[in-house]
Amino acid sequence: MRETKYWTWHMAAGVVIFFLLGLHMLIMHLGGTTHLFAPFGGEAVSKVNSVFRDGRLFFTVTYILLLGVALYHGLYGLRTILFELTLKPIVEKLVTFVFVVLGLGLFGLGTWAAIVVHAIAKTGARG
Amino acid sequence: MAELERHDNRLGIWGWLGGGRWGVERYAYILHRLTGLGILLYFLMHIVVTSLRARGIYLWVEGGFFHRPIFKLGEFLVFAAFAYHALNGVRLVLVELGFAVGRPIDPVYPYKTSLNVQRPLLIAMMILAAIFLAAGGYEFLGLAK
Ligand code: HEM
Repeated sequence: MRETKYWTWHMAAGVVIFFLLGLHMLIMHLGGTTHLFAPFGGEAVSKVNSVFRDGRLFFTVTYILLLGVALYHGLYGLRTILFELTLKPIVEKLVTFVFVVLGLGLFGLGTWAAIVVHAIAKTGARG
Repeated sequence: MAELERHDNRLGIWGWLGGGRWGVERYAYILHRLTGLGILLYFLMHIVVTSLRARGIYLWVEGGFFHRPIFKLGEFLVFAAFAYHALNGVRLVLVELGFAVGRPIDPVYPYKTSLNVQRPLLIAMMILAAIFLAAGGYEFLGLAK
């Protein structure tokens, strides 16, 4: 029952990622065509364009959301693949533990960075 | 709560990759798995690399370590993997929710399978993925400026 619930979340996460990562791709990989959220021209990933996005609350919030949802979706997906190898229950527990720690650690790092760069971009814009 | 019943995966790793006599969906599934793993590997590194900007380190801008053509190619491959995984993933979610597989019918010979019913959806999604990929390729080749 619990595993079914985790899997349902995995599917739901896929739908959320579809929209958020879809937007990310439109900005980063199709920027030459879409020119979305890159007001300074040139490369979408240039430092000025990057700082511009970091300064907008919309990006700070959606980066953190995408970070969490994609970490869950990806690590759960890898866990599913590994579990198909019919692991011993203790190994399954260990894999789950390692993935939870890894996921939370990277989520913490990314969230910290998104907030710090938001603050830097804001003060930069004011000062 | 009852323990899950465990079955031995006799084929091991080859059980993942072999399509056997299954239809094109089986290969779509293998590719979904490979692209999912590829994107995940990139994503884990991407989190660390982009977090460095909190310390003022921008490795991907012009002159930066990741601005080299080989990494640009790698990023395009990630984009391609995304185009496939995202659109095939939407198909999987729809099918899982019962869309595009037709109504349940009695198992009367000659048997019909819902796989064939959803195939137009697979084809439509692959066409969309191809269009997306072409747009990304156009950009990757520097044609959109
Ligand atoms: C773009 C939106 C995405 C959608 C709509 C999506 C959809 C899906 C779906 C429906 C599955 C489950 C297949 C199944 O259990 O039958 C799946 C599996 C998976 N996804 Fe995604 N996904 C997306 C993005 C991502 C991203 C960004 C990553 C990496 C961080 C990722 C990594 C994986 C992995 C590793 C699997 C497991 C593959 C397997 O069990 O064969 N996906 N995805």
